[in-house]
Amino acid sequence: MKQIKVYGPGCQRCDTTAEMVRGAAEKLGIAVEVEKVTDARSIAMAGVMSTPGISIDGKLVHAGGLPDPAKLDGWLTA
Amino acid sequence: MTMQTHATPGRRIPDWAWHVGLVAFAVLWWAVYHQLAPLSEWITSLLPLAPASHTAEAIAFFLYDVPKVMLLLTLIVFAMGVVRSYFSAEKTRALLSGKREGVGNVLSAGLGIVTPFCSCSAVPLFIGFVSAGVPLGVTFSFLIAAPMVNEVALVLLFGLVGWTVALTYLAFGLGIAIVAGFVIGKLRLEGWLQDWVRDIHTGASAPGLVDGARLTMVDRYKLGIQAVREIFAKVWIWIILGIAMGALIHGYVPEDLMVRIMGADAWWSVPAAVLLGIPMYTNAAGVIPIVEALLGKGAALGTVLAFMMSVIALSLPEMIILRQVLTLRLIAVFVGVVASGILTVGFLFNAIF
Repeated sequence: MKQIKVYGPGCQRCDTTAEMVRGAAEKLGIAVEVEKVTDARSIAMAGVMSTPGISIDGKLVHAGGLPDPAKLDGWLTA
Repeated sequence: MTMQTHATPGRRIPDWAWHVGLVAFAVLWWAVYHQLAPLSEWITSLLPLAPASHTAEAIAFFLYDVPKVMLLLTLIVFAMGVVRSYFSAEKTRALLSGKREGVGNVLSAGLGIVTPFCSCSAVPLFIGFVSAGVPLGVTFSFLIAAPMVNEVALVLLFGLVGWTVALTYLAFGLGIAIVAGFVIGKLRLEGWLQDWVRDIHTGASAPGLVDGARLTMVDRYKLGIQAVREIFAKVWIWIILGIAMGALIHGYVPEDLMVRIMGADAWWSVPAAVLLGIPMYTNAAGVIPIVEALLGKGAALGTVLAFMMSVIALSLPEMIILRQVLTLRLIAVFVGVVASGILTVGFLFNAIF
């Protein structure tokens, strides 16, 4: 089970990103738990300055804008 | 808008096709753009309306302005999307950290235009900047310039009012961001941040900036297209509503009414415009078509610009978001300093033009 956090204050792009992560994990058959982090303080503490950000098992892999689908697959399978 | 094809896995579009497609799009864009005026007149003449009547005038205005603004937006937002792919919040922070005030404010306001920024991440960005040693005033210059001087506002001003006003807006928007940030820096208000912000040490930076260096040109095109889609999804309804409203004012509101309310002679009109703008929250797209029509009917340029800057730079929802990191006193200073800047611009313009 991979622990995935999507950082963002709840704007539309952040929701889309969370959906993209869930969709990609399902497509790849990877068990994930997606948590949305919306509190500004926690977002900043994670080192995310532009949202949405994504971390997988505690490692920040992306910040700012929608992730590239091909790269997203790469992070999930890594 | 012709290039919204997805690259499907296994059938990748070769790089050269992207470059050729881009050139073809540019040529097509140019051709269509220059046919807009005759086209809109021709369509209006087909309608069963008396030529030069109020209704015909309003419809011609609408039919010409909507496609024109859409075309301009597509081009400029795409170009800015490509330019922004060379910048990131992390790179900007690295450039600004430890910069002296003055030079730092100028650099910061300039970077505010080209750094990807979404007002929803204003708070994490603010914390990220301040905790990395970017001076408070320099951070404010960024936070004022980033939303105020944006390509949507500039395109709409250019398309609906003219390039002189667009350039003036750019210059004065930057000027306000620089001076307001400088003043806030000189006031030494670091103690007025919320306590937890001062003690915070943010984690390691996102690896996004390492990633960003490896983008190919085609990746950047794709980011540009993504930017166009996002902006259009957000603003198309405002553009149509705004221009429709503008068209109505254009056709129906009597000229002397606006001159009396928003003309240069009414000194109180500038502060009134600023106050009116604060609770209003719309993006540039919604407000500028109205601005254009007001100008056409004799409202003074300074008053209208002040109104627009106030709507965009001083918004109540943004202050509520910033309340998480700033004390009320600091927010009050921020509003006071920026509002004074906008007032100055408004009065200056009414005096000059």
